[in-house]
Amino acid sequence: MNARLMWRKTLNVTMLSLTGVCVLITVSVLFFILGYLVYNGGKDLSWSFFTRLPAPVGEVGGGMANAILGSLKLLFLAALFGVPIGLLGGVYLSEFGGRTLPFIVRYTADLLNGVPSIVIGIFAYALIVMPMHHFSTLAGGFALGIMVIPTVLRNTESFLSEVPSSLREGAFAMGANKWKMVATVVLPAASRGILTGVLLALARVAGETAPLLFTAFGNRYWSPGWMQPTSSLPVIIYTYATGPYEDWHRQAWAAGLVLLGLVLVTNILVRAFLSRGTSFERS
Amino acid sequence: MNAAFPLMGNSGAAASAATSKSRVAAEGSTTSASGANTLRMKATKVNFYYGKNHALHNVSLDVATNRVTALIGPSGCGKSTLLRTLNRMYETLRQTRLEGEIALDGVNILTMDVTNLRRLVGMVFQKPNPFPKSIYENVAYGLRINGHVGRLNEAVEKSLRRAALWDEVKDKLQKSAYALSGGQQQRLCIARALAVDPEVLLLDEPCSALDPVNTAKIEELLFELKPSCTLVIVTHNMQQAARVSDSTAFMLNGDLIEFSPTGQMFTTPSDPRTEAYITGRFG
Repeated sequence: MNARLMWRKTLNVTMLSLTGVCVLITVSVLFFILGYLVYNGGKDLSWSFFTRLPAPVGEVGGGMANAILGSLKLLFLAALFGVPIGLLGGVYLSEFGGRTLPFIVRYTADLLNGVPSIVIGIFAYALIVMPMHHFSTLAGGFALGIMVIPTVLRNTESFLSEVPSSLREGAFAMGANKWKMVATVVLPAASRGILTGVLLALARVAGETAPLLFTAFGNRYWSPGWMQPTSSLPVIIYTYATGPYEDWHRQAWAAGLVLLGLVLVTNILVRAFLSRGTSFERS
Repeated sequence: MNAAFPLMGNSGAAASAATSKSRVAAEGSTTSASGANTLRMKATKVNFYYGKNHALHNVSLDVATNRVTALIGPSGCGKSTLLRTLNRMYETLRQTRLEGEIALDGVNILTMDVTNLRRLVGMVFQKPNPFPKSIYENVAYGLRINGHVGRLNEAVEKSLRRAALWDEVKDKLQKSAYALSGGQQQRLCIARALAVDPEVLLLDEPCSALDPVNTAKIEELLFELKPSCTLVIVTHNMQQAARVSDSTAFMLNGDLIEFSPTGQMFTTPSDPRTEAYITGRFG
């Protein structure tokens, strides 16, 4: 009896410590990465990092202004391609679909979400880069836009279907037709959740490297307009980190810090925004 | 009854009602809007199906102008279904079918434009369902989706006064409708329905989510609305039907068992099943 009690207690303590250790590891990974980035990249962050072009090899200093702007331009294009399609698709799934078609669309979206990003890069390469015979911001934004679609679509759908059907009934009873009902009642009610999903989807693709390698390519200078190859944070990190120069490595760390900071800040802002609650009453 | 109120089933009158923005009453010489003994709505031999489920069997109902008509009966007897045929709300559900004829001021509602119909026949639901907008915008909703733009202060105030809510909300019109109590929200929903000046107001168990004090307020409101509006109320509460209505219809398993003046129904019911129900032997 006593031995059994001992065994139970030991097992209890062991399992509890095991789960605790796993939690600690999970949490510490993020903080370890953050700390390592700050330690290695923080000292190379300066005003000129955000405002100047990369310095020629061998020269100390320089910045990554073109990569930061390039990343923002790529994200803008990704939002332009992906958000309207995902958003309206989600509205269709939640409000207008029948039974079979939404099932197929949902399944397809989930599959698209699972397609490796490098494959999406090849797709954009074949569709845009090959016919145009050169790399461009447009091709990179297109690739990222495709990756945004399934996330926005599924997220929009789930937030719309959370809007209580009594609100839909209320709008119908006032004589609204279906589109008016969706536009004036359901979309505003779910707008906060939808916006959150859009920002999170963009934050996720902000760090994608593979689809940009042979679409946006890279550029050591500014990339005016949308039709030329452009630098971007993830790709420049890849290039600099694998390069042979000590100075490049330090710059790559700094760029990593900037990228992570961008994504992290977006995430935190979005979560703070969402935690203020939904805009309709839950029953 | 039929002789006093000939149905204008011909399609010419129906078509002009569908396109005209004027009140339906203007269409026929058979009805005078404020006449005490006229009928506002008339359902004739209505059969209704949810898929294969035959929910209403040959139901005929006369709704007298500026009177309160109550529909009572046990759960699932079809009273809400009957109510929802009067403004064609059943059309928002899949696989529903209606046979028979329902007339509003002599015009078959099945041939009317549904937006127009629902402006003339408003609806208030069981659970208050204000939109996630300000109090002001909730009341203005019906006018806005009908194309009114800009300020609608007068119409909003008038509707809120008619719903006996003005004094309580006049200082916080821009606040969210969810800041109101349940009873106030229900009166807001009534104000929202009244804003488009309907001929008929359908109320689907409007007090079932409210406490006795708020229930009394709504009932009082029904009396005040009677001179300007025709009311049809579904209620679980037989005392409520006895208090507020002029005539009562008792339904059972999709049949309309008895339809008579309320006083008569609750004192000398003609059908034994009605008597069994109102004396509490079942239901």
